[in-house]
Amino acid sequence: MVIVGIVIVLAIVIMTALAPWTAPHDPTKAESSNPIRAPPSFQFPMGTNHLGIDMLSRTLFGGSVMLQVSALSVILCFLVGVPLGLFSSYAGGLLDSGVSLVIDAVYAFPGLIIAIAVAAVLGPGVINMALSIAVVYIPSYFRIVRSQVLSIKELTYVEAAKASGAKWYTVLSDYILPNVLPSIVIVATINFADAVLTAAGLTFIGLGVTYDIPDWGWDLTNGRQYLSSGAWWIIFFPGLMIILLALGFTLIGEGLSELLNPKLQR
Amino acid sequence: MTKTPLLEINSLSVDYRTSRGTVHAVDDVSFTLEKGEKLGLAGESGSGKSTLGLSIIRLVPYPGVIGRGQIKVDGKDVLKMHEDELRSIRGRRVAYVFQDPMMSLNPVKRIGDHFVELLRTHEPTMDRKHVMERAETILKDLGIQPERIDDYPHQFSGGMRQRIMIGLAIALNPDLIIADEPTTALDVIVQAKILDLLENLRKTYNMALILISHDLSIILERCDKIIVMYAGHMVEYASSAELYSSPIHPYTQKLLRSIPNIELSDQKLLAIPGSPPNMLNPPKGCPFWPRCADSEEACKRKAPPLVDVGNNHLVRCFRHDEKGVLVE
Repeated sequence: MVIVGIVIVLAIVIMTALAPWTAPHDPTKAESSNPIRAPPSFQFPMGTNHLGIDMLSRTLFGGSVMLQVSALSVILCFLVGVPLGLFSSYAGGLLDSGVSLVIDAVYAFPGLIIAIAVAAVLGPGVINMALSIAVVYIPSYFRIVRSQVLSIKELTYVEAAKASGAKWYTVLSDYILPNVLPSIVIVATINFADAVLTAAGLTFIGLGVTYDIPDWGWDLTNGRQYLSSGAWWIIFFPGLMIILLALGFTLIGEGLSELLNPKLQR
Repeated sequence: MTKTPLLEINSLSVDYRTSRGTVHAVDDVSFTLEKGEKLGLAGESGSGKSTLGLSIIRLVPYPGVIGRGQIKVDGKDVLKMHEDELRSIRGRRVAYVFQDPMMSLNPVKRIGDHFVELLRTHEPTMDRKHVMERAETILKDLGIQPERIDDYPHQFSGGMRQRIMIGLAIALNPDLIIADEPTTALDVIVQAKILDLLENLRKTYNMALILISHDLSIILERCDKIIVMYAGHMVEYASSAELYSSPIHPYTQKLLRSIPNIELSDQKLLAIPGSPPNMLNPPKGCPFWPRCADSEEACKRKAPPLVDVGNNHLVRCFRHDEKGVLVE
């Protein structure tokens, strides 16, 4: 499973990276001779959009924003949510109650609304999109880590580690964290897949990237209005890519959670 | 000057402060343990024997609080130690074997890494190769193939895991092993093997042992001295031989009569009527009086004192307090 997922994601990464050399046309400008909203043909294998821009070139280029946004947001969430959950839950008491209160307050709002609000404050751009998605997802990481730590820290092997003289940070890093990791990986894959979709959503309302940067999310939302006139190819190919990317991340996560948990092996 | 004993516990009390009230899990317990000695802690569930064991390495679970008393290891009070000093005692001087072998090993760590972690904690200069060699020797002693050092805990049976736990406990050659119901989760045959193994290793390295069990027969067989616990109190303390031949406390007498005996097949097994007291609201006076056939009026009013009836045989019962010498 991991292999299939890695192959899909890597293929998309390589495809995006090589786009400047492989794309047959300019993904941001239409040549005056190009037909508008042309169906797939030999010259334009994925058709053209409402401005006559080649959809194949846009599809080849369009993964860059999504990949950057999702990767950045997952890294951000990981770096903030996991340590916060670990320390807060392990320490317990007032610190834990305080942090949980703040996190729950964020969690109370619908994710997309917060992402929109944060993105609106920060303005468009890749890093700002990643930040706004991170704000939505940090509570998920925190809560999963916190609840797992709460149960794991009571287990006999943690007690046994303390009884054998282990330092508190060794207990956290060697006994608790590795046993929480499989759950975090699952959240991370949902995060990855969701980040792709949220990025598309943010672009839809104009808080993502601008038209001169090719992006599947932009094409998807823009092409929607031409679907009724039968121009399916404008949204089909970017949509397919988004689904494939999300699927790839999910497969990696599923596989990893099995690899990281030795009990599920064989 | 008298020699300092390995472990000296003076009037130790441990309370659990719950929202519904305070539970005196261990109430005024004192005893000493010399190097190489084997002490058994016997008692029903909830009698405070595990709490007593855990308090020796100051790991009483929340909301437990060690209220009063002293716990001295080599004359140094564990309760006054700093975190670092305490950690140097845990595992190195006093090792703990927990009841549940299935959950006592970290599921994501290979067996060898458990040894690496433990030995490196106490001897940071030891290199990995050295540790692995030591671990392989220990595994051989335990009767586990040394090749299995790279296996994960879930690849071992319960009995093997408990052997590994014992191996981890003796790895640093501690002075005292506290084994908290080490064989309760295992079947009888494995139980005997594990206890034999523990005894052999203990003898080889001259370690002291505190064996905690609800099974008085195991403790009688394996220990030199026995503490019988009831509702947090030490109700009787004697050598195994003396406790077996002449038990004094009615609770001990009844416990002994509830052990099945192969030779006396027609002997009726006697159960102790009633159940252990609710520790949130223990009976006034002697905690055993509601279940005691010989209880008198005095038992209901006041807790009996601990007296020495001779030969360092201590008992907490009014029917014997005149014959003995008051302790403390």
